[in-house]
Amino acid sequence: MAEMRILKERERQIGQVSAGEELKILCEKKSLAGSVSQRACVFCGSRVVLYPIADALHLVHGPVGCAAYTWDIRGSLSSGGQLHRMSFSTDLQERDVVFGGADKLYSALVELIDTYQPKAAFVYATCIVGLIGDDVEAVCKRVTLEKGITVLPVHSEGFRGTKKDGYQAACDALARLTGTGSTQGVGPCSINILGDFNLAGEIWMIKEYYQKMGIEVVSTITGDGRVDDIRKAHGAKLNVVQCSGSMTKLAEHMKQTYSIPYIKVSYFGIEDMADALYQVAEFFPAYPQILEKAKVIVQTEVAALMPELRAYRTALNGKKAAIYVGGAFKAVSLVRALRLLGMKTVLAGSQTGNPKDYAQLQDLCDPGTVIIDDANPLELSKFIKEKDVDLLIGGVKERPIAYKVGVGFCDHNHERKEALAGFVGMRNFAREVYSSVMSPVWRFSSRRGGDYIPFRETVVCKAH
Amino acid sequence: MQGALRKNFVSTRNPCKLCAPLGAALVFKGIEGAVPLLHGSQGCSTYIRRYLISHFREPVDIASSNFSEETAIFGGEKNLAAALANIATQYHPDVIGIATTCLSETIGEDMAGILRNIPEDSLNGAPVLVHVSTPSYAGSHAEGFWAATRAVVRRLADRKNVPERPNQINIFPGICSPADLRYLKEIVADFGLSAVFLPDYSQTMDGPGWPEYRALPAGGTSVKEIASMSSSAASLTLGRIACVAQEQTAGEFLRYGSAVAHHPLGMPVGIRETDEFMRVLEKISGTSLTEKYLYERGRLTDAMVDGHKYVFEKKAFVYGEEDLVLGLATFLSEIGIIPVLCASGGKSGHLRRLLAERIPELQGRIETADDEDFAGIAESAKRLRPDILIGNSKGYHIARQLDVPLIRVGFPVHDRIGAQRILHYGYRGALELYDRIVNALLDKKQDDSQVGYSYL
Repeated sequence: MAEMRILKERERQIGQVSAGEELKILCEKKSLAGSVSQRACVFCGSRVVLYPIADALHLVHGPVGCAAYTWDIRGSLSSGGQLHRMSFSTDLQERDVVFGGADKLYSALVELIDTYQPKAAFVYATCIVGLIGDDVEAVCKRVTLEKGITVLPVHSEGFRGTKKDGYQAACDALARLTGTGSTQGVGPCSINILGDFNLAGEIWMIKEYYQKMGIEVVSTITGDGRVDDIRKAHGAKLNVVQCSGSMTKLAEHMKQTYSIPYIKVSYFGIEDMADALYQVAEFFPAYPQILEKAKVIVQTEVAALMPELRAYRTALNGKKAAIYVGGAFKAVSLVRALRLLGMKTVLAGSQTGNPKDYAQLQDLCDPGTVIIDDANPLELSKFIKEKDVDLLIGGVKERPIAYKVGVGFCDHNHERKEALAGFVGMRNFAREVYSSVMSPVWRFSSRRGGDYIPFRETVVCKAH
Repeated sequence: MQGALRKNFVSTRNPCKLCAPLGAALVFKGIEGAVPLLHGSQGCSTYIRRYLISHFREPVDIASSNFSEETAIFGGEKNLAAALANIATQYHPDVIGIATTCLSETIGEDMAGILRNIPEDSLNGAPVLVHVSTPSYAGSHAEGFWAATRAVVRRLADRKNVPERPNQINIFPGICSPADLRYLKEIVADFGLSAVFLPDYSQTMDGPGWPEYRALPAGGTSVKEIASMSSSAASLTLGRIACVAQEQTAGEFLRYGSAVAHHPLGMPVGIRETDEFMRVLEKISGTSLTEKYLYERGRLTDAMVDGHKYVFEKKAFVYGEEDLVLGLATFLSEIGIIPVLCASGGKSGHLRRLLAERIPELQGRIETADDEDFAGIAESAKRLRPDILIGNSKGYHIARQLDVPLIRVGFPVHDRIGAQRILHYGYRGALELYDRIVNALLDKKQDDSQVGYSYL
């Protein structure tokens, strides 16, 4: 078998943490052609961010593929309507590409708005729309006037950058919604939750923690999101941003436009989750009871959680994990969460990390840990083997890289159906890691000596 | 047959089809040592990888030439060259299968010209380059699949006109499961024939674990085998719609160019289609169907008798690729189930006619809905009240709403384990489908019953 070589142009995006030496990871680059990046495109970035807004119409303007591949894939739950789980496409055909798709877009919007009565509509421009030059903006404006609901273009042509540019395009669209509603009645201790997508109902748990502390949650962007809540989001006193890679742009916009400060948090792992509550409490120093209540929540939840975690820790102690996720901020939380389970992170990488993220990862990880930006399957498999890992944390595309060579796997991507955020999420995470790493199936994998032993060889063994 | 339903929406709501490059990528995954490369945006490769991985549960590496804004304006030659060089360095492939997406197709890339400027021997290991045009605004994944099959044969089959291999046949199996491919191989071998399959992802998309990660999974039809297709005794194309709808199938190409006899057949789903398939093999091999298959057929017809009352005149919705729908509908008509709606996102324009031709006995009782989506199927369900749905997992939400069983077949099956091992073809496949269908209906009846007998 041919040796796995790392492409020359990729070398500076990979490094190993070493004591006393600063590691510079080249990042925020467009993926190398032919490298088989695990990243998607601009459209994907926009689509995943806006997807959970449940009472909006999401119309993908382009050929059918982009809409088909993103139909009902996120585990984002809604407490009400389910319109976001439908896939709408203008399904452009050859004649549309030749003569333009604007008319089709107009008709599609009108019929869908009439049929489904959404609160707003997002129109995602895909690659082809950028080429044939449909004036999506003009169509959206026209339908907005005619139908009386906001129709927003999302400039997400796939080739216009990376997934991160798609986040930006989504934030641009959201920015046009915020500030358009009445903030009457919004109280002084109020926040928006940004960058949680309510996978498996996570935002409901987070929201409950904050509400128990006496905090008012004005809007959740975009998990279980509602158009009217986003319209009045500028009434909140603080933006609490998770998944900073996708949502910082909106937080920045709201800071500049409405003078709303923001903090970055993570809800993964006990430490980060507790910190997310404390940071919010500390923002409202005039209300000391908020912090008191936060402490009670953390104490109660952690106390309930620890006995079970200790049991997992005993079993998992010393096991090695590789992390490859979308955003590096999440990787940071995961390193901490794994540590709590007694596990060591030997590889940490992400699709869209920035220099700050990678510096933070480096500070957190032990010497020898591989840090990797925009990896491909061959690179991941190389380090999984070299580091002899017991667990890979990633998404659906990473899963077979682990399973094929007999390594456990935990899905931490946006398709998952398991709640991994919050204190309850930490327990679920621990259970999932435990149930994959400790499964008896690995004993039949080649790397654990599980291949069939012929009779002849068993006889030889006994003879010795 | 009743008239085809007219789609009353301009937009597509919950599509019952995928885009053409996916079909092409699947074909390339069935060639030994091949890496698919999509010439377009990064997202196309990644989405298609995720979609295929979720079904087959195998590594599916598909490269992208990763267009940028400049590429879209000035052309993708540089990116394509870089992609090919990087794939060659990393994967050492025998073949790189290039599919042009809507993006590269629309900017009018001169692929022949570009590829002329990149000599194969300039790449590490000198892989063979095959190009197929798959703009996603023309046709669905099924068209992409057949177009890639043809492109591979055109590019790789020897230009010979000598049937030097009287015992070798070519099989173009259509979009089927790895289990189907393995079973077809078993059948062909039992006739004393050898077959070149295109594609053959029986192993690449359903293989054992590995001692260490492989850049290229084992299996697939080799370049050499594909080259030899022009000297085979015959070609069998399993897909009646593909045969009439495609501009030229690989089988026709070999017939014109190399005088290889071509047998356009249906997907061998159910008794009659499998019988026809077997008779063709009998004719080519000069041997009779062996007892093994007569027994398989016998067990199937015997099971059909055992369960006939539980399925008779049940109403089924069948959906998916047009050829699969045609095959399944034919099978259902054999066991007494009425395929009251035959739906597909495809729009060859031939589905309705072929259903009428193949199932004359159900004249007027089958509605055809091509160019259909799942929202349309859900709306038809309110009117036609099916007892059972048969198709891919994307129809689950309809089955759930109707509270009727869903028999998962075809592609994709994203909500179960073992999609790659679902057998549809041949007598054995029909028997498995039959058992699943009858038992799903019995399950439903038993669950709904007040009493819940544990005895039939």
